Amino acid sequence: METMMAYVIGLLFTASIYMMLRRSIVKLVIGLIILSNAANLLIFVVAGLTRGAPPLILEGASEIAGTVADPLPQALILTAIVIAFSVLAFAVVLIRRAYEVVGTDDLDKMKDTDT
Amino acid sequence: MMLLAVLSGFLLALAVPALHRVAGRHIGWVLALLPALLTAYFASLIPTISGGENLLIQNQWMPGLGVSLDFMVDGLSLVFALLISGIGTFILIYAGSYLKGHKDLARFYVIMLSFMASMLGLVLSDNLITFFVFWELTSITSYMLIGFNHEDAEARKCALQGLFVTAGGGLVLMAGLILLIFITGSYSFSEILASDLAIHEHGYYTAAAVCVLIGAFTKSAQVPFHFWLPNAMAAPTPVSAYLHSATMVKAGVYLLARLNSSMDGDALWSYSLMFFGAATMLTGAYLAFSSTGIKKVLAYSTVMALGTLTMLIGVGTEKAIIAFVCVLVAHSLYKGALFMLAGALDHETGTKDITKMGGLWHSMPRTAIITGLAALSLAGLPPLFGFVAKELMFESVLNSPSWSWGLLAAAVASSILVVAVAGLVFLKPFFGPARTTPKQPHDAPFAMLIGPAVLTLLALIFGVAPFLPATFVLDAAVSSVYGSGVQTALALWHGVNIPLILSGVSLLAGSLLFIAWQGLHPTLHAVNTAGSRVGPEAGYFRFMLGITQIASWQTRVLQNGVLGVYLLILVLVTFGLTGYTLLTRHGFQLDFDFSNGYFYEFGIALLIVAATVFASVTRSRLGSVASVGVLGFGVALIFIHFSAPDLGITQLLVETLTVILLVLVLFKLPPFVNLSSPWERYRDLTVAVFAGAIMTLIMLAALDIQYFDSISSYYIENSYGLAFGKNIVNVILVDFRQLDTLGEIFVLGLAAMGVYSMVKLRAEDQHKS
Amino acid sequence: MKTNTLILHTAALAIMPLQLMFSIFLLLRGHDEPGGGFIGGLVAASAFVLYAFAFGAESTRKLLRISPRDILAAGLLFGLASTIPALWSGQAMLTAQWWEVPLPGEGYLKLSTVLIFDIGVYLAVLGTLMTFVISLMESEE
Repeated sequence: METMMAYVIGLLFTASIYMMLRRSIVKLVIGLIILSNAANLLIFVVAGLTRGAPPLILEGASEIAGTVADPLPQALILTAIVIAFSVLAFAVVLIRRAYEVVGTDDLDKMKDTDT
Repeated sequence: MMLLAVLSGFLLALAVPALHRVAGRHIGWVLALLPALLTAYFASLIPTISGGENLLIQNQWMPGLGVSLDFMVDGLSLVFALLISGIGTFILIYAGSYLKGHKDLARFYVIMLSFMASMLGLVLSDNLITFFVFWELTSITSYMLIGFNHEDAEARKCALQGLFVTAGGGLVLMAGLILLIFITGSYSFSEILASDLAIHEHGYYTAAAVCVLIGAFTKSAQVPFHFWLPNAMAAPTPVSAYLHSATMVKAGVYLLARLNSSMDGDALWSYSLMFFGAATMLTGAYLAFSSTGIKKVLAYSTVMALGTLTMLIGVGTEKAIIAFVCVLVAHSLYKGALFMLAGALDHETGTKDITKMGGLWHSMPRTAIITGLAALSLAGLPPLFGFVAKELMFESVLNSPSWSWGLLAAAVASSILVVAVAGLVFLKPFFGPARTTPKQPHDAPFAMLIGPAVLTLLALIFGVAPFLPATFVLDAAVSSVYGSGVQTALALWHGVNIPLILSGVSLLAGSLLFIAWQGLHPTLHAVNTAGSRVGPEAGYFRFMLGITQIASWQTRVLQNGVLGVYLLILVLVTFGLTGYTLLTRHGFQLDFDFSNGYFYEFGIALLIVAATVFASVTRSRLGSVASVGVLGFGVALIFIHFSAPDLGITQLLVETLTVILLVLVLFKLPPFVNLSSPWERYRDLTVAVFAGAIMTLIMLAALDIQYFDSISSYYIENSYGLAFGKNIVNVILVDFRQLDTLGEIFVLGLAAMGVYSMVKLRAEDQHKS
Repeated sequence: MKTNTLILHTAALAIMPLQLMFSIFLLLRGHDEPGGGFIGGLVAASAFVLYAFAFGAESTRKLLRISPRDILAAGLLFGLASTIPALWSGQAMLTAQWWEVPLPGEGYLKLSTVLIFDIGVYLAVLGTLMTFVISLMESEE
């Protein structure tokens, strides 16, 4: 399954970079969202996929029996998801503000308006 | 006790604003109590140190990094500490009167006390890292002192120049100190000095020596970095008097002297010290002679003295080190006094230009007497300590193991010039026909004269009875620079010998030169103007200009305002380099073994792929947003299915909020339109496919090989035992890696503040219009 | 932005308290089972967002009583404060401290700096999201 996901993630990166290179500012936002999903999946999959063994110590036990999914990438991704969301919110508001001030959603036209 | 002594300046600095309100115009006297106490404290250490002992006081700071607040007191650092606190006492008193009623007097004292404390820390530190911290602190505080009149553009420029030169040199010095730590394996001066290690046989020696030399040369204004020092005269006079007599500029010399006993014996070290020292000495003497502003004259004569000191360390014989310590003390005494007197002249007459002063003898008799004595010491005439120092300098240069004739010529030439300079400083303003000055001159107040008077008196006592300072501290100082016990046996009168004859010759020639000064001056001025176009200062300006030009050129090229271009560059560079490394190290390997997946897992993957593709190609905003939502839920399914329940829940919640956010904001923006030409689209698609392919290859490679053992097992094993938690992901977040999470919630806070302020700004804009 | 749908109003009123209780439940059990400050904060935020869609930003602000930015600040303070107690017992900053408070009857109440920290995360997430949503909604009005 990891092999399959490698190709899926490659496609996610392709789509996100293509969208971020578009001149329309809304497409940039879509690209950003895809990018953060791609990055999270990348970290998740590279650590190896484990079915049905969450990193939890069972009720009554005091240590893990057998193999469980790697908890470290999960901790990384958990904060990454929340941070990505707040950065996205920031970017979206910034973009709208820029659009209001500059009056265009074409990124190529935003470069000359310093005001 | 020692820790308190060093840090007390910082502590008192904190209390200055409050004290200023209480003490009012007597603040200078009140604050001067601290350096006076410090002087007494350091003086109480004299018996121990002159007995040949070194004190080492250890305090922990960051033991894990080898950084400690260890202090070492030996002869050299004690002499410096005494000069810093002793002269500091008088400077603080003097400044209270000189800057009387200045609106920023409290700020002045805050910086001044911090500077004094940094300087004490610098000369007393035993740890190389702590030494460097204090070294940089002196650069920063002196920057604030030089730019004290910050409303004056010229003062700001000069302060910045001093900062760039000294802090730039500081960076080089840091490299040098780190190399020294590598070579010796020790962070401590005392251990480095005590070890028998032949430092100059190590492979890193040349690099370390060059770095240390550059650092010391910038700080101590050696040619070709000498230009910042006279410009630093933009500071109020008390600052100049302090920085350029005993402290800031002597820090470099201190470092050279400190390291001398383990670095000497190497040609690179001694020849560069002799060469640059002699060059600085001559340059300083000549420029002092050709200037007209009294502070500039004194500043250049400081450059000369610093050159002399450097040269003497370079000569390195026992005699030369004795001369070094004597010149050091003599210079601190007379230069501190002369600067304060120059300030008094400026304060009372309203001008700094010596060509505009004359005949002040009558109106300022007390100032005149003290200036006269200090100038005698500058000129190196008996019976002042300057004479003793100069004789020793001549003698050690005569007996120098190499270059003795060249150094002697430079020494004699500069002492001829300095005799003339002393004449300029003393005779020019006080004698000759009286001139009208911008202010009606009268003697300076007591607070401004006490410092110069005491310092000059000391110079006189040391001159008449040089065995006094010698037995107390100078012997110990010489021993610590030279590296073994030395008895100095100083005397004012050595009988008729070559040094005395040379002194006579320089006095005579210097007097003639002084008489000729009036006639020579226009020529000198023209030469200096021409010289300043090609000198090192012009180089500095060209360098600074070059930096801005390169910066604006590369900004135009790399940051031309088109976001797409930035991204293209970023993507191509990042993926190009990673791809290159991957292909050369790992090779191109594809893997199509999908056998370990279940069909419903492929279903989720297919859902993600379909959502992504649709989000990218659709012409409808709503469709795009919705399919991005589907993509997010697909990812959540992956998380849940592959044993990450926390992630799954988080992803689902965030995905919901994302859609709400986009609905709130994005639909205020215009709909999708195709802005790019087909060519641009194919170009971008190629780049994107390239990047995606590299990512896939990296992932396949990463799944294939494992270079390091995973560190996760530690968390899994200790989650319950150490942290009493059963949800290992949560335990990592809030316990094992708590600091990271703390940082992350602060990022959240920042994003929230950013959004809030942008929305608020917008509301205010609309309100206005 | 305000919707006048009866269904949404009723749903918001009925679901919100449940959601809030659930979010605290998630927060408290987070150390041993799926949940924790991040998830709890997100659930609580969605509860208030639902309410905001039904009744508008102004009434949400009133319901919260405390400004979202103050919630955020309180969260950051809790986070910082939880790092300090270790210093009192002479350990390095950030070392987790545990106290067991006996309850009447059987059992203990597990208190710890870790819990304080998790509450900080909860409040920070809630405060951040509410700052986003409320300021954005108000800018629309």
